[in-house]
Amino acid sequence: MYAPAVNEAFLAEVSSLPGGERITQCIQCGSCSGSCPTAAWMDHSPRQIFALIRCGMRDEVLSSNTPWTCASCYTCYVRCPKEIKITDIMYALKRLSIREHKAKPETKPARVMAEVFEGLVNKHGRNSEFHLMRRLYGRPSAITKALRNAPSGMKLKRLGRLPFRQEKLSANGLMQMKQITDAVEKMGGL
Amino acid sequence: MGLAYTYYPGCSVGATSRWYDISLRAVAKALDVELAELEDWNCCGATAYMSVRELMSFCISARNLALAEPLGRDIVTPCNACFTVLHKTNRYWHEDETLRGKVNEALAAAGLHYKGTVKVRHALDPFVNDVGLDAISEKVTKPLAGLKVAAYYGCQLVRPETGLDSPDYPVILDQLLASLGAEPVDWAMKARCCGASLIVSREDVARDLIADILKCAADAGAEAITTLCPMCHINLETQMARINKDYGFDLNFPVLFFTQLMGVALGVDETELGLDKGFIDARPLLTRHGIGARA
Repeated sequence: MYAPAVNEAFLAEVSSLPGGERITQCIQCGSCSGSCPTAAWMDHSPRQIFALIRCGMRDEVLSSNTPWTCASCYTCYVRCPKEIKITDIMYALKRLSIREHKAKPETKPARVMAEVFEGLVNKHGRNSEFHLMRRLYGRPSAITKALRNAPSGMKLKRLGRLPFRQEKLSANGLMQMKQITDAVEKMGGL
Repeated sequence: MGLAYTYYPGCSVGATSRWYDISLRAVAKALDVELAELEDWNCCGATAYMSVRELMSFCISARNLALAEPLGRDIVTPCNACFTVLHKTNRYWHEDETLRGKVNEALAAAGLHYKGTVKVRHALDPFVNDVGLDAISEKVTKPLAGLKVAAYYGCQLVRPETGLDSPDYPVILDQLLASLGAEPVDWAMKARCCGASLIVSREDVARDLIADILKCAADAGAEAITTLCPMCHINLETQMARINKDYGFDLNFPVLFFTQLMGVALGVDETELGLDKGFIDARPLLTRHGIGARA
């Protein structure tokens, strides 16, 4: 069966995402890639990602590790001569790759972290570093990483900088958080 | 009466960065600056939340702005990530009418309303721009004379479009350090990203970034690094030993929050500064310079 590798609607789709409005203005100057501190570890540099979006290479873009290697430092964003909100687009691509299960397995730790973080905040209103780490490093697949980082964790504990308690909002605050997130859910917003 | 702000501590300061919080409050007090903690504040969402849900992130972040608005004061936060997210939410709320409508609708569901009058600022900002460097300088009782410090801004303090300083080569923290009597070193990586949460998801990438930053500071002659972000602080200090081992470096300097150094210079009681609570105790270095801290 014929399956086109190119999706002509992809550029329009990305430009309709929040922050994606100016993507059609990209002049492929490479300021983003030249500025990016993590470009060396990306499947495609930011400049290449924009070229791929324009070519309609939807699967190539959404399965790329590029958005998940973005540290959100906004260097590209402030340097882009066309004022494209590049960091916002990287965020949007992350969400799209999650929604469509396109992300590569190697990006799983970043996805799991984002999702665990979101869950903690939704439940308690605040993040807890200890509980976030416990959930992330407590998985069987993270055992090597957990062991490597154990000395730092123990040192933090010894220095009194790793409390086990989970900070929480008041009952009223938690209710407000739920009302807000329910309302967003109803708007269908990501 | 001195200056007064609404204080948004953020999630890290209750835990790994608790000495940032404690020293900041002590320094504010010494400078007659009132920091009134925002009651029942919630997490700003940071980078992680926005990676999963964008509108939701703006809406929960806006709850804090709505809570702060009736108090009629600027919000001040010590965390670069909280600052970025709250500031960005505020900026987009003003710039984007569609987003504004959605945020207001979500807030209304919780009986809240935001009119758009709050200003979001990083904790460094009021010290430099409201109290002023001259006024701080006048209150210095123990100048940090001879102390060579690398001022590390991290990435998000000056980006995106915060208007606080140059996004590439900021100077305000260097100026603050100089007003305390210290000698800020000139180095290239002062606003380079430390990788932030990539230390969890892509350790290899973050550690290379951190190694570059630490090495650059050391090469510039720094004896200590000072930070103004909980993420930068923990990344630089927890990775130093492993980086020494893996890269063959011999780095051995304390990583301090800028408020800890301010506290020393302003003569704040040492028990409120946590100089010995870092991975490397800062007291021997200060003693070597005759800056009063007990080793």
